[in-house]
Amino acid sequence: MSVYHYLTVSAILFALGTYGVLTRRNAIVIFMCIELMLNSVNLTFIALSRHLNSLDGQIFVFFVMTVAAAEAAVGLALMIATFRNRETIDVDQINLLKW
Amino acid sequence: METIFFYLVALVAVVSGFLVVRCQSPVNSALALVNTFFCLAVFYVMLYAPFMAAIQVIVYAGAIMVLILFVIMLLNLGTEARKRYTHGVVWAAIASLLVLVNVVFFIKRGRVTGAEGDITDYLIKTEGHTELIGKALYTEFLLPFEIASILLLVAIVGAVILAKKDV
Repeated sequence: MSVYHYLTVSAILFALGTYGVLTRRNAIVIFMCIELMLNSVNLTFIALSRHLNSLDGQIFVFFVMTVAAAEAAVGLALMIATFRNRETIDVDQINLLKW
Repeated sequence: METIFFYLVALVAVVSGFLVVRCQSPVNSALALVNTFFCLAVFYVMLYAPFMAAIQVIVYAGAIMVLILFVIMLLNLGTEARKRYTHGVVWAAIASLLVLVNVVFFIKRGRVTGAEGDITDYLIKTEGHTELIGKALYTEFLLPFEIASILLLVAIVGAVILAKKDV
C-alpha cells in the first residue's frame, strides 16, 4: 500500500470531523469530532514517517496524544462546570460571548 | 491480500467515522469513535509502528474514551435526544467537501518528498520499535518530553480546579 492511500483515508476522516464540528449542537459530540480530526492527522504523520524512513513523525504523534489527553481532561471539566451553571451543553444555548 | 485488508479496514474506519458524526445519541457516537480508533491502530500496525498502535488503544480507546463516556453518563444526555441535534448542515457540508476536494487534489497532484531518515524496516525488526522511540524521546526530543510532562501536570490541576463545586 502506498502512502497516498493512507493520506486519502486520513483526508476523508478529517473532512468528516470538520462536518461534525460545524453541524453538531452537543458539545461532547463536537469534542469527539475534534478527536477524530486529531487522529486523522496522526495517521498522516505515521504514514509519512514510514514513507520517509524516519521516526520524527511518530514522536510528533506521541506529543499530539499527550496534548489530546490534557485537552480531554480540561475540556470535560469545563463541560461539567458549564452544565452545572446552565443545565445544558447545547452550543446554540451557550451564546453569552456570541456577537 | 494486504490491499483487500487495507480497503476493508479503511471502509470500517470511514463508516464508523460517519456514524460518529451522524448518530443522534452521544453514547452511540462514542462507541463508533472507539471503533474508528481501533481501525487506526490496525493501520499503525500495517505501517510498522506497533508501539503507536499500542498507545493508540491504551490511551485513546482506553483512557480518553472512558473519560468521555463517564462525562456523558454523568450529565445524563440521553434524555434530550428527541430534539433537533444539528445546525447549518448545508454550509457545513459545502465546507467539509471543499476541504476534502482540496486535500485529495493535492494528494493526486503532488509527490511526497522530504529528508529521508535512516530508520529501515530491518532496524525496526532487529532493534525494536519501542526501543527506537525511547531512544529518540530521551536524547533528541528530551526538552519537548519534559514540557509535555509539565503540560500534563497543568491539565490535572486545571481539571481539578474547574470541576470543583464552587468555581
